[in-house]
Amino acid sequence: MYPELGQLALILSLLLAVLLSVVPLAGALTGRDSLQAFARPLASGMFVFTALAFAILTHAFLVDDFSVAYVANNSNSMLPWYYKFSAVWGGHEGSLLLWILMLIGWTLAVAIFSRKLPSVMVSQVLSVLGMVSVGFLLFIILTSNPFDRLLPNVPADGQDLNPLLQDIGLIMHPPMLYMGYVGFSVAFAFAIAALINGRLDAAWARWSRPWTTVAWSFLTVGIALGSWWAYYELGWGGWWFWDPVENASLLPWLSGTALMHSLAVTEKRGVFKSWTVLLAIVTFALSLLGTFLVRSGVLTSVHAFASDPERGSFLLALLGITILASLTLYAFRAPVVHVRSRYGSLSREIFLLLNNVLLVSATMLVAIGTLYPLVLDYLDLGKLSIGEPFFNTTFSPLAVATGLLLGAGIFSRWKKTDGGWLARKLLWPLAVSLIASAGVMIGYGGFAPWAFLGVFAAMWVAVATAWDLWDKSASRKGRWHGLKRQSRSYWGMVLGHLGLAMVMAGATVVSNYGIERDVRMQPGDRAMVGDYEIVFTDIGERRGPNFTAQYGSFNVYLDGELVTDLHPEKRQYPVGMSVMTEADIDAGLFRDIFVAIGERISDDAWAIRLQYKPLVRWLWLGSLVMAIGGFLAIADKRYRIRVRDEEAVKSGEPAAPGKVAEASS
Amino acid sequence: MHPIRKKRLTIVLFLVAGIAIAVGLTTYALRQNINLFYDPTEIAAGNAPVDVRIRAGGMVEEGSVARDTDSLKVNFRVTDYAASVPVQYEGILPDLFAEGQGVVAMGRLNEQGVFVADQVLAKHDENYMPPEVAEALERSSKGQHKSADVEKAAETTAY
Repeated sequence: MYPELGQLALILSLLLAVLLSVVPLAGALTGRDSLQAFARPLASGMFVFTALAFAILTHAFLVDDFSVAYVANNSNSMLPWYYKFSAVWGGHEGSLLLWILMLIGWTLAVAIFSRKLPSVMVSQVLSVLGMVSVGFLLFIILTSNPFDRLLPNVPADGQDLNPLLQDIGLIMHPPMLYMGYVGFSVAFAFAIAALINGRLDAAWARWSRPWTTVAWSFLTVGIALGSWWAYYELGWGGWWFWDPVENASLLPWLSGTALMHSLAVTEKRGVFKSWTVLLAIVTFALSLLGTFLVRSGVLTSVHAFASDPERGSFLLALLGITILASLTLYAFRAPVVHVRSRYGSLSREIFLLLNNVLLVSATMLVAIGTLYPLVLDYLDLGKLSIGEPFFNTTFSPLAVATGLLLGAGIFSRWKKTDGGWLARKLLWPLAVSLIASAGVMIGYGGFAPWAFLGVFAAMWVAVATAWDLWDKSASRKGRWHGLKRQSRSYWGMVLGHLGLAMVMAGATVVSNYGIERDVRMQPGDRAMVGDYEIVFTDIGERRGPNFTAQYGSFNVYLDGELVTDLHPEKRQYPVGMSVMTEADIDAGLFRDIFVAIGERISDDAWAIRLQYKPLVRWLWLGSLVMAIGGFLAIADKRYRIRVRDEEAVKSGEPAAPGKVAEASS
Repeated sequence: MHPIRKKRLTIVLFLVAGIAIAVGLTTYALRQNINLFYDPTEIAAGNAPVDVRIRAGGMVEEGSVARDTDSLKVNFRVTDYAASVPVQYEGILPDLFAEGQGVVAMGRLNEQGVFVADQVLAKHDENYMPPEVAEALERSSKGQHKSADVEKAAETTAY
């Protein structure tokens, strides 16, 4: 009974989405307020029904309703309740439903937090979001219905959730990632609305900025969680594999980062408008591309649940329509925009332009490396894979260049920066970061050119950011007062850049100074990994709720002192007949010790992987710091106050299409 | 030159330079890092290059896995049921590695025709077959038993 109601709720949601994509837009184009007024109620209704569908599916999981095919395929009565909950998005249909719930959640958020925006703009934005919802609701209803029944042959028990996904990482990773992916739809909707009514001005950039930043922050956390999960759950200690699925999430992140910076220029200086709009379109298109790559079965991985060609073509069509329609609109409307502002050849504008060039180049590189094998395969020109070295050799120089540019760019001024002044300004930070990087090299005991460049770029970003903060917080009333006077968006930028520095430092150090050893061990054996001595003391049996495991015991010593004991496991899940390696990790701010059990070699000997991972935590901590920076930036007062000012100005004199609002810097 | 045009020119030059660098790096890196896939039949026939990093895949032949009890060395044969190739590997094998399962190995073919793998992949799902392997099996079965379906061919040649 309930599942049918769920399906009905989805269909009702689709109907409301169709209305939302037509009625408010018609109202905006014809100038009828009565039609525009439908936008918010329709968005709310859409959300209510989608949330209802989601709740019904969740209920089916929690009460073990195996008559629902999706539940039977992804759950089991033995599964602990929290995994039953997360199993809702453990398969294709449910994760798509989560995707849609988030999309519509964002739509609702726009409806709620846009009371101060002009009604025409809100109607258009919500209509565009309604169109995207129509596409995805059609997709789920026509090709991926999560409420399909297995009647009358209801299975006695479910086939269990893939053991890889029975983990806290999975409970968190998809929702965060989707929040990011889908969040870029708001920036996209704002861009499309601005193109429709020709108002690509500073106000438009200011409205889009917080939405973009918040989506970007979620995406950052989502990617970091995925990497963390891969590290301890399936990666045997690797944290990034340049797997196409990972790349699919990195692509919108890179272009989204470019978009954030380009939006800043558009808001402050009123330039780069066409470029910013294009980036907003591209970023959302890349989010859709990511969804297509991951969900269509083009790629085989833990993420690709089903390879149903119908689904792939549907998503590809959706992607094609979105790109084609928005680029057509762009081609017709973008030239309306005129640029009035001037800026010199050495200015913050130029630095941010270069930042965009680097980020877009990186996006293209990752896209080429990810799509090239797929395209060749599709055209039947041979099967090949592009390995990690490709990405490492091409991506690292761009990352280092971005870091070096960033450090210098922090000190630059809008409009015009004096070259000599900038050079003098950079001298001390340069010296400090050079010395500090040399110190790090000595500390880890070994110089390597790439390691040095990576650490130096990270230091340079961190030192320049801190230096600038020090300069800006100088105040006659004391340092504390000066620090408090800084705006939240400035603090957001500081944290964003410090987080990036942490990620760069972590990535460089763990790749260059990490130690990985695969050894044959039996109880009583000792092995060294770096300065740590690891003793294999025992291996026994253990029973979990839905698995049995070989349970190893290891002692870790440093200089003869016991540091910790670790208990990696090898789990057998009887329902799915699968085996899982559960590594055990002694996590620390400056190093991780990682032990995992491989296969049994003889009666008492096992293959064991031992790893020493310096600064690996900085990858995820840094990402978290970046995301916190993003959230802090949108909490800035000026978004609220300025929007109100804008409203006051607008009611006095409506801005003409294409008119440039003069932005204060 | 008009200042706006000059600025546009700078922007265009920047973009062109960035794209040129990206394309340059890409082609350079691509040339060294493309790993072509070969199936056992191709390798046995000598069509695969020696001492070039390639990918090879197929099913792990039943009864072929030989483990060294004193180290992590392991030898096994990968087959597409038409030909098979000896593989040598040192390290930890993935959880789902087993005889009769599909695998993909990365490594180099040596002069003796042994595939020295530095990476062995078996996928996350016990029903999963790497697409290259599935295709290789299909090809080999088509070559030998034109009418028989894949599974039949697999059964008849495996035992």
